[in-house]
Amino acid sequence: MSTDSEDRLSPETGGGVFTDVDLSREHLKNRAFRWLLFAASMFGVVVLALLLLDVATDFYAGLTEFDISLVDFFTRDGSRREELAGFRGAIVASVMLMIVTAILSFFVGVGSAIYLEEYAPDTRTTRLIEANLANLAGVPSIVYGLLALAALVNGIGMGPILLAGAVALALLVMPIIIVSTQEALRSVPDGVRNGSYATGATKWQTIRQVVLPAALPGIMTGTILALARAIGETAPLIMVGALFTNRMPFGPLDRFSAMPTQIYNWAAEPSPHFIHLAATGIVVLLAFMFVMNGVAIYLRHKYETEI
Amino acid sequence: MSTETTPGPGITRDAAAQSDIAANRRARRVLFGFAAITVITTLAIFFVLIDNAASYFFGAKLTEMLTGASVERTVTFTEFFTGTRWAPDHATPAHGALPVIFGTLAITVGAAFVSIPIGTATAIYLSEYASPGVRSKLKPTLEVLAGIPTIVYGYFAIAFINPIVLAPIADALFGINLGRYSMLSGMLVVGIMTIPMVSSISEDAMSAVPDDLRNGAYALGATKYDVSTRIVLPASISGVFASYILAVSRAIGETMAVTLAAGFNANITANPFDEIMTMTAYMVSMARGTTAVGTVEYQSLFAVGLLLFVMTLTMNLLNDALKRRFQEEYR
Repeated sequence: MSTDSEDRLSPETGGGVFTDVDLSREHLKNRAFRWLLFAASMFGVVVLALLLLDVATDFYAGLTEFDISLVDFFTRDGSRREELAGFRGAIVASVMLMIVTAILSFFVGVGSAIYLEEYAPDTRTTRLIEANLANLAGVPSIVYGLLALAALVNGIGMGPILLAGAVALALLVMPIIIVSTQEALRSVPDGVRNGSYATGATKWQTIRQVVLPAALPGIMTGTILALARAIGETAPLIMVGALFTNRMPFGPLDRFSAMPTQIYNWAAEPSPHFIHLAATGIVVLLAFMFVMNGVAIYLRHKYETEI
Repeated sequence: MSTETTPGPGITRDAAAQSDIAANRRARRVLFGFAAITVITTLAIFFVLIDNAASYFFGAKLTEMLTGASVERTVTFTEFFTGTRWAPDHATPAHGALPVIFGTLAITVGAAFVSIPIGTATAIYLSEYASPGVRSKLKPTLEVLAGIPTIVYGYFAIAFINPIVLAPIADALFGINLGRYSMLSGMLVVGIMTIPMVSSISEDAMSAVPDDLRNGAYALGATKYDVSTRIVLPASISGVFASYILAVSRAIGETMAVTLAAGFNANITANPFDEIMTMTAYMVSMARGTTAVGTVEYQSLFAVGLLLFVMTLTMNLLNDALKRRFQEEYR
């Protein structure tokens, strides 16, 4: 390639093929680059550690310096007075939200995925649904709150009730459930389906009795992960009006304030006592999320090898 | 792959088989209906935003305009897109959206300066340099970072980044007494939030680069540095860009972290220690108050929401296009 190849091979410059390249410099550059990349990668780890440490110390300081009693915290509802404020109503609301959201999103999400994966012909309509799904996954969560606010809370006069928040969350997690269910269905080998068809079963019988049972662990894992995300969503609930409610909801038609909105309420207050209440709330919220993630990982590991 | 159960010649369907086939058709129709709900959701979002934004700009909802309600310009597009004072809820209202658009763009650009270099470096490290052991620990850690609710990041900004990290710096270097909120803490916290998004999608794109390309370079005497920067990065560039766009899109729509970190004061400023307001923070502040339905303040929520939706939709379409390109190349 190069015209002065004799020059490169001349003994005066070392005799090697790569004499125009200072190898030790290249290796130094490579090593420096490696450390730079490693440092950048550690940034995320360090921030995560700082975040958890900050929450933990604020939580601990709340217990010791601000006398936040955990018993009161779990048995009292929200309050405008910092020394009377508890988290019970928010926890109950969040659990209720999870249940209603799961009911609303699970069947529709799994059903959509079955249609797209098993039935849908490769037409323009199918491609439109698939493309739309990808875009829905990127819609900011606050917009789902706006939709519920305009259509349900004010549109049909539902008011700021838990069901309106659950609908917003269900629409928000629907794309996640659909995509994870599609993956679970795709992981069921075609041989299983063909075996079922060979016995004369229809498509629906095959799906219901053969494919779905095989894919169910994957579907459950995806759904639990989606719900674990929904439990931390704040913005759609705030738009729906889940703020300032200081009492426990008794059903999906009650007004509510869930864990994240309650945390927001406390964090937005200037008083340090409220900040420590927020930290305590975050510990509970993160505990919920880690348990849900743990269950999902356990399910995945348990059923991973069976097919 | 439509496997229709059509019987061959000489095979008769009994009643049970026929009802099975009918059940199959029914199931197919119901499942299609479910899938259609996702499209209906998108249409509903569009409709709700446009319908309500119409009354912000024209004094009547789209639906009312179609049935012949009188149209009167309330807020002009000129004022909305060029005005520099945003205060729809004040006694003397002003409807220039530039300050909140500025807030959103400032946070987005600032966050990109954090997440793009760090996320890309992490992706290269994970894909090219890290040993399997390090990789298997680093990846799940970043996934935890991605799974933490945004309200917790908001808390982190208000309880740690702003008072403990930034306030002493601002005081020592610039003599500024940092308040409760700052644009810089918003930029940092949104940047941190979006690192895992950049790193994981970029890493996927880099891992999709065939090993033959790497081996070819190594055969020529290239170091890992050369392979990473001159082979892998250029080869995976459309996927890497797709991750940047996704991160930017997420930063635009981010709500709780910026609300708690950057504050509620809509102004255009070059000082990173100032309080600003993003479009999403404005929406939260409106929802916090007791805004009556049908007032201009209530309608402004949807005008801003529509703008936000259009901005993120554009980003998502761009992301889709880039992703498709990158998938075509290596599959």
